[in-house]
Amino acid sequence: MARRQAPEINAGSMADIAFLLLIFFLVTTTMDVDTGLTRKLPPMPEEPQEEQDIKVKQRNIFQVLVNANNDLLVEGDIMDVSDLREAAKEFIIGDPNFLDEEMPEGKMETIPLLGEVMVSKQIVSLQNDRGTDYGMYIAVQNELVAAYNEVRNEYALRQFGKTLDQLEKAAEVSERAELQVDAVKDFYPQRISEAEPKNVGQ
Amino acid sequence: MSKFKKKKEGGQPAISTASLPDIVFMLLFFFMVTTVMREVTLKVEIKRPKATEVNKLQRKSLVSYIYIGEPKQSFQGQFGTADRIQLNDAFATKRDIIAFVEAEREQRDPAEVPLMTFSFKVDEEAKMGVVTDVKQELRKANALKINYSTYKTDDIFKD
Repeated sequence: MARRQAPEINAGSMADIAFLLLIFFLVTTTMDVDTGLTRKLPPMPEEPQEEQDIKVKQRNIFQVLVNANNDLLVEGDIMDVSDLREAAKEFIIGDPNFLDEEMPEGKMETIPLLGEVMVSKQIVSLQNDRGTDYGMYIAVQNELVAAYNEVRNEYALRQFGKTLDQLEKAAEVSERAELQVDAVKDFYPQRISEAEPKNVGQ
Repeated sequence: MSKFKKKKEGGQPAISTASLPDIVFMLLFFFMVTTVMREVTLKVEIKRPKATEVNKLQRKSLVSYIYIGEPKQSFQGQFGTADRIQLNDAFATKRDIIAFVEAEREQRDPAEVPLMTFSFKVDEEAKMGVVTDVKQELRKANALKINYSTYKTDDIFKD
């Protein structure tokens, strides 16, 4: 005689338990987006005296001022944020022959893989007011970094046939790519100097 | 019995629900893996700005958050509408930053302290005054790795 099959356990209630747990997690956690602009702050000067004013020639500095009205003043001219990237790129690339009086000077440096090259003494100086909007500050930072990245990408493409992003990906496995990445970064170092904001208002 | 079995009648077979919890568990594991237990209730309004040149934060366990913005409606009676700093569930002033940095460092492995990052979650309409004060305090505490939290977008000028 066939044995009567044992009744199957109703699995419907397992789903209820699982739903409860799921809702608990949905409620108590956040899918926090954690992207952002990474920065390194300059260390505090050791001596209590005024920070040394390193003498830098005016032509080597790209001055960006933002006032409490979120207006941009770049090298003495009023500019819109959307134009900042192009202007910054022009400054960073400078004059390849370093003859233009308005553009930064060059300095002879030895970079592995590139040899002895003239590197621009470019520095971008950013000064904002205490009343400037944070959104504006981020937009300016973003545009300046974007300018550097675009210049570096174009240069890497000319020198090594790949953009900097592609080289950085390759650098995870290849040492040669790592050297190339360093070479591009040494040729166009990202020098963004932030001064303490004043209460200028303007 | 005849060779041809008679078609079973009376009562369609019940749909097996045994696999339903499996599907739900899969969803559950997905959420457990991709989310962070929200430890902090935001007391300030934060609308993050957009940016294009962003990196993802590595090693979330080594990140500490500093929230800056206007207090939420329910707190405005007590705390006003000026920009405020929130650290770990409580309002704070810039003088508390150094203590906060020390406390966060205590909680981590000393070997990993140099890798710690401080993430600024700031409302896009907040003024730079408070942010700069916080940055100065971080410099004094020698916490130099910072990150400005933003959404990633392809074009910051497109609204």
